Amino acid sequence: MTRQVDVLVVGAGPAGLTAAARLAASGAGRVEVLDREQQAGGVPRHCAHGGFGSWRRPLTGPAYARRLVETALSAGAVVRTGVTALDWAGPLALHTVGPGGPETIEARAIVLATGARERPRAARLVPGTRPAGVYTTGELQQAVHLFGQRIGTRAVIVGAEPVSYRAADTVRASGAEVVALVTEAERAQASLVRAQDARLRRRVPLLTGATVAELLGHGRLSGIRVRRRDGRTAELACDTVVFTGDFVPENELARRGGLTVDAGTTSRPGVFAAGGLTRPGESAARAARAGVQVAAAVMRP
Amino acid sequence: MTVTTHGPLPDTPYDVIVIGAGVVGSAIARALARHPRLRTAVVEAQDDMGQGSSKANTAILHTGFDAVPGSLEARLVREGSRQLADYAAESGIPVEPVGALLVAWDEEQRAALPRLAEKAERNDYKETRLLEAAELYDREPHLGPGALGALHVPGESIICPWTTTVAYATQAVRHGVDLHLNCRVEKLSQGLLSTNRGALHTRWIINAAGLHTDTLDRDLGHDDFTVTPRRGQLIVFDKFARALVRHILLPVPTALGKGVLVAPTVYGNVLLGPTAEDLDDKRATQSTADGLTRLREQGRRILPELLDEEVTAVYAGLRAATEYDDYRITAHPEQAYLTVGGIRSTGLTASLAIAEYVIGQLPANGLELGPSRELERVRMPNLGEASPRPYQRPDLIAADPDYGTLVCHCERVSRGEIRDALASAIPPGSLDGLRRRTRARGGRCQGFYCGAAVRQLFEEARG
Repeated sequence: MTRQVDVLVVGAGPAGLTAAARLAASGAGRVEVLDREQQAGGVPRHCAHGGFGSWRRPLTGPAYARRLVETALSAGAVVRTGVTALDWAGPLALHTVGPGGPETIEARAIVLATGARERPRAARLVPGTRPAGVYTTGELQQAVHLFGQRIGTRAVIVGAEPVSYRAADTVRASGAEVVALVTEAERAQASLVRAQDARLRRRVPLLTGATVAELLGHGRLSGIRVRRRDGRTAELACDTVVFTGDFVPENELARRGGLTVDAGTTSRPGVFAAGGLTRPGESAARAARAGVQVAAAVMRP
Repeated sequence: MTVTTHGPLPDTPYDVIVIGAGVVGSAIARALARHPRLRTAVVEAQDDMGQGSSKANTAILHTGFDAVPGSLEARLVREGSRQLADYAAESGIPVEPVGALLVAWDEEQRAALPRLAEKAERNDYKETRLLEAAELYDREPHLGPGALGALHVPGESIICPWTTTVAYATQAVRHGVDLHLNCRVEKLSQGLLSTNRGALHTRWIINAAGLHTDTLDRDLGHDDFTVTPRRGQLIVFDKFARALVRHILLPVPTALGKGVLVAPTVYGNVLLGPTAEDLDDKRATQSTADGLTRLREQGRRILPELLDEEVTAVYAGLRAATEYDDYRITAHPEQAYLTVGGIRSTGLTASLAIAEYVIGQLPANGLELGPSRELERVRMPNLGEASPRPYQRPDLIAADPDYGTLVCHCERVSRGEIRDALASAIPPGSLDGLRRRTRARGGRCQGFYCGAAVRQLFEEARG
């Protein structure tokens, strides 16, 4: 079945929902947002912490995600979840599938807002065994905040960026202990307040200039071996390790179309891009601003 | 249907117990299932089938063109290859007949190609053809510079090793074979297995314990061979790399050893490996920094653009190498015992023929098999990209919307497939087992998006 819309947005995260809200409000016609997850909102859905919204009206991640969806809906956009954009059916058309079956959707403009993800252990080429207990922040946050799953008792966090400290918060919220943060960098890449709080008040050691040399354990993770820059190695006993940061674009659709993606635009007229897809790892607020800008670009005659 | 994972074991004696539910042990169990008078069991130390050498291999269905002519291995690979191709077609096991190219990178290797073609002839494989460099690059335009020519072996295929093992075991269990998982044999004596879950009595014992075959053999006083675990590390590249390669690119074996291969997988990835490291430790399934660096160096020469793509997974398997250049399948009728040893990397291809061969040994050695029956076919879920997956089938989705609800986005695994696997005859005992049955969480994000949701479905099903 083939259907036409005016603007098709792929990805209902901060960038996609903000773009859809703007477009629907500016009279772009039928604006439809697709998301392959069951809930719209993108990454903020599972960021239980605050820091979202405006300084006037601070929100937690899930509350911010709900507000993005409400804003898009009240502007008149259609938000469809549980629908996957599989591949291109033409320059401005996509094959999709969902519980209702396959569908081809044609549009006058398509906005790719498919986001970004953290590189997992294998992509980082971390050697060792393949035990259970190896996470990215994305999986960890969903496990703890969306599903209430137990994750382990002692966790090492790889990275010392803002997202790494959020991962440490999530580990603690699940009732587990943070053994250490490990980073290749010379110092923490997060705010001084954040880093000092972790180190001094929470007494979580920060190992700088250190890489994860090996994962240990059969069945369940039993520890990790870290290597310092001088070559010395040490073993940290833990049953959980969280690989944080090192965001890469979730660009399958863009690459399937042979598109190069730039901030806002792509190599194909009528196809636009915004958010983490173009700047992996950017904040939700920046992604939302990118959504505003891409909406303006779509509306430009 | 009896599959146990814990608790006491049956008191009544079995007629035959197969030790090890790898691809070989499972194939033997399936062959025994044809004989309804036999009370048969398989015991497996791990929580699932195919957890040893069977899961970490190069996933190739060989022709046997390069086996040692006249060896048992050559014969069983040749027979098994055809049998498995037929079995895969009837059972829905993904196979892609992509063919192989043995690529020569220097004069020594080029000089070896005609000899390999002759060897293939002696192994009754006659379809090989020598390619000049120009034709080679026509076939593989992304191949690195400097290749001098190749030997084309069109009959080599890629296959899903996990589905194969699960299919054998499922068929065996559905026809009355008992499967006892998490059941490690600690001591073997004639007619008696002492396991971590208690004793099991049996008339006959078939030892298909892979890496541990020699240890169990010694329990019964046989010192016929020693298994030296040979580690093979492999890198699985992102699906974006699939367009870079059309054939299995095999190394040309020379006096300096065997190189590494680059091969597509039926799941749409590209495989690079394996290393070959002789070790002492039968649990050393970890990858190493050196191994991965070496593989990447070798891969860069073969297919330079491959290295620009992300790595989706890294794994390491141990092959059960012995000091012999052939399989070691030996019956000891006085002990009602048979050993299936030295099954190396060809075990997957040869598995059905090994099973036939083993069953064929039993009557002459004193085990009456009784009447034989045809087995009902199994139909396995399709994990391969060459045939439609459930999300690509409007008929399935119309009948059940769960097949249109994708949970694992990278691999496009639907809730329906996960539900089916969790309710199957031999359900997975872990998330890894679920991944091998469905591919869920096996893609490029490794669970960033779907890990928690998949775990939720797994835990709900387990209660």
